[in-house]
Amino acid sequence: MAESVISIKGLRKSYGDTEAVRGIDLEVNRGEIFAFLGPNGAGKTTTVEILEGYRKRSGGEVAVLGVDPERATRDWRQRIGIVLQSCRLDPYLTVRESLDLYAGYYARPRPVDEVIELVGLGEKANDRTGKLSGGQQRRLDVGMALVGDPELLFLDEPTTGFDPGARRQAWETIAGLRDLGKTVFLTTHYMDEAQRLADRVAILADGEVVARGRPEDLGDRGSQPTVITYHGPEGEVSLTTTTPVETLNELTGRALAEGFALEGLEVKRPSLEDVYLDLTEPTNGKVEQGAGQR
Amino acid sequence: MSMVFHQFRYDQKAFWRNPAAVFFTVAFPVVLLLIFATVFSGQTIEVDGGIEITAYYVPAIITLAVISATMQSLAMSLVIAREDGRLKRGRGTPMPAWVFIAGRVGNSIVVALMMLALIAVLGRILYDVPIPWSEMPAILVTLMIGAAAFSCLGIALTALIPSQDAAAPIVNALLLPLYFLSGIFIPDDELPSGVIEFANHFPIRDFFQAFFTAYLPGGGSGLDWGNLAVVAIWGVAGLLLAIRFFRWTPRSG
Repeated sequence: MAESVISIKGLRKSYGDTEAVRGIDLEVNRGEIFAFLGPNGAGKTTTVEILEGYRKRSGGEVAVLGVDPERATRDWRQRIGIVLQSCRLDPYLTVRESLDLYAGYYARPRPVDEVIELVGLGEKANDRTGKLSGGQQRRLDVGMALVGDPELLFLDEPTTGFDPGARRQAWETIAGLRDLGKTVFLTTHYMDEAQRLADRVAILADGEVVARGRPEDLGDRGSQPTVITYHGPEGEVSLTTTTPVETLNELTGRALAEGFALEGLEVKRPSLEDVYLDLTEPTNGKVEQGAGQR
Repeated sequence: MSMVFHQFRYDQKAFWRNPAAVFFTVAFPVVLLLIFATVFSGQTIEVDGGIEITAYYVPAIITLAVISATMQSLAMSLVIAREDGRLKRGRGTPMPAWVFIAGRVGNSIVVALMMLALIAVLGRILYDVPIPWSEMPAILVTLMIGAAAFSCLGIALTALIPSQDAAAPIVNALLLPLYFLSGIFIPDDELPSGVIEFANHFPIRDFFQAFFTAYLPGGGSGLDWGNLAVVAIWGVAGLLLAIRFFRWTPRSG
């Protein structure tokens, strides 16, 4: 039986007349990476800041590590780590000093050198944070959330605005948190990030959860038709099939027998991106074929 | 308590590495002392039966340096940290809010004490203004009351500053005219009485008078309790406003 680390029932949050969060139910279990996926303005940050104790909810029940975040205590704060959506570091402190400063806030911090290695900043340890690249600063951000050795980490859009190389490095750092046994609550508007990192995903649109599950199961992707495209003797061919194994077998058998090549052969399942666009923009679900999802 | 010292140590490091902070808090008062003492050199003024102008400017510039190290420095650095999201982030850790504020105020008070030493020594070496060693208890008591009060006022002032860009203009628009009107830039015997009367409504004038009395006592204990009480009342008002209106989360974005 999985132990629940975050439990949300009927969570609501209004700002004046606008309802930003409209009745969310969620459970996050110990040791999993949970991704909260949704477009900008869906209510992700509002929800995560309620869980972190920064905002008060308008309705519903919330328990984080068994505590209502509105009644956060210092003991509770010892057990969580927070990476805010946007936070600049003190530019005049070095990587090591920034981590030392934060380590001093906690009763049982993780050794600073170990954290520096975990976030891959070994060569930058004595550089001032003002000299780090955006990706390196973000990894230090994660390090500062990790230095208190928390059980639960909140990461609010940890890779927004990164170039592909920096994202990949940040992903490695986050995936490494699972090996440390941490529970991670991640918000993102990148489908590939959720797919790559998360054990489970909830898709949020307009303040409501519209889908949830393992990334590979979302939106019944298993039972949706597969599209096979190739360039053969007849020119460009596109086949839609619900039995891709049989269709491929038949196709490759014919190609071998008749001696033609299947140039540019591609087999496409609907990507998480397609599912996500379908769910979050119901009026124009088929905007484009998810390009080049691996 | 050890966490306050921990916070203070890193605030000190960050302060001394910040060129803008060091310029405005440390270098600027020194430059002002050199300019005023040079421009008005040889003059005497009608205070306490006539004193050298340099003997007037040493306590005047120390007054300015204390306000700069506390009110100005705190207002600027706290707004920058708030808008960076650093204050919000700190509130997400087990560190109590008062520890953070105590570290910052401690940093300001230590810098203010260093400025007292620096300006006093420069005045002694360059202009032969004696350091009033026998008055040191009164000087330190006066300085500490002023530093505490102007720290509270600086923290309260952050509530009126909406963004990082607005910090320097708002702080300077408030302080620079009051330095002039309170007799810190221009000796008060040169100022029209109406100006002094206006300046008397603000704590810079009270603090300057109290500090002047402590530094160049014309007899008595050197403690100007009347003016110090006014400074303290301003400080308490600043503290109450700070408790009510200080915010940890960014105003913009």
